[in-house]
Amino acid sequence: MKVTFWGTRGSLAAPSPKTVRYGGNTSCVAVEGSERTLLVLDAGTGIQSLGLSLPPDLNRVHILLTHLHMDHIQGLPFFAPLRRPGTEIHIWGPASTTLALSARLQKYLSPPLFPVNVRELAADLHFHELPADLIEIGEFSIQAQLIIHPNPTIGYRLECSNAAITYLPDHEPALGARDFPLDADWTSGYTLAEGSDLLIHDAQYTEQEYQGRVGFGHSSISQAFIFARLTQVKHFAPFHYDPTHSDTELDSMIEKAKADIQPSYRVTPGREGLSLDIAC
Amino acid sequence: MPQQEIEVILARHLSEYLFMPIFIVNPDGDLVFYNEPAEAILGQNYSETGTMPASEWSTIFQPMTAEGKPIPPEELPLVIALTERHPAHKIIWIRGLDGVLREIEITAFPLIGQADRFLGGIAIFWETRKK
Repeated sequence: MKVTFWGTRGSLAAPSPKTVRYGGNTSCVAVEGSERTLLVLDAGTGIQSLGLSLPPDLNRVHILLTHLHMDHIQGLPFFAPLRRPGTEIHIWGPASTTLALSARLQKYLSPPLFPVNVRELAADLHFHELPADLIEIGEFSIQAQLIIHPNPTIGYRLECSNAAITYLPDHEPALGARDFPLDADWTSGYTLAEGSDLLIHDAQYTEQEYQGRVGFGHSSISQAFIFARLTQVKHFAPFHYDPTHSDTELDSMIEKAKADIQPSYRVTPGREGLSLDIAC
Repeated sequence: MPQQEIEVILARHLSEYLFMPIFIVNPDGDLVFYNEPAEAILGQNYSETGTMPASEWSTIFQPMTAEGKPIPPEELPLVIALTERHPAHKIIWIRGLDGVLREIEITAFPLIGQADRFLGGIAIFWETRKK
């Protein structure tokens, strides 16, 4: 599997000379399988550059949305394959008790918030609601489960042959836990992340910031490191950085967390343009 | 042990911040958690009892009427909430694991998550009298 980070920022795009190394685009990660199946994890502003990089004859893409907060869908209408007739686009996302996934996306993809309506997009669109039982897409087996974040939010575990990637970009497993981490069976996201070859996880706040933002649905960077340790992952990529954190601040946050937690797993901070090969 | 469903994890976290005694069971009726205020009524800490099958908790507390007549499991509010999947309410007597006989008022409801997933049930109860 080839994993490429196209957007690593959370909440709001943050283009600035101070964010060029980690990137200013919001969440988007592409995962390409050994048989060329393309999965796109979230449709933040990073998806625009991804779309422009894809071959024009690509005929099928699966977009796996974790949830419908704006930083995870804002780039969707700017994804070039959506404007190509005949391209099959499958959009997967969390179910709601009231409205279909397509109807909820329509709230953004319609005037006055956006000039183009969903039905005006040229691609052949298919919507799928989650969580469902194990999903099979091409060479991938995908597990989708609800995780702790405001409004229904899905975490994903992508498996192919002998490798697994877990994607939990917006996740607050410490919410309500008096002494984090609790046992594995009482920890949100544990089943998805357990033993993963790569965990991509929310690392939005410093410890001090988290204290004032409990319940916002995100983790401090050290909570993310602790979650990675609990779930015994092999490789951890901090992700979904706060828009106010500069490259220099992120460097020091990550170094401090490494020094405090002393991880036994490999750590590669998510940054725009980074590609990781995960052997299947 | 497999990870609990997210709604069950959140229910436990909420219960740990509430003063009301709360008892949480999985879809099979097995006890998965009760909070500290419930410990005072049930007469034992959750860390001591741990998880407990439905067949055990529905009888171990010796549920009975005010006249001392045993109440069968299928008439307990939480069992009704699980089997019939609607809220149930009742006043019963139980004998806690500390041996104390207490009158408690119970409201139970099924826990149904996103996509109509049946996740178990929750009972909230109040001690009204003690003997």
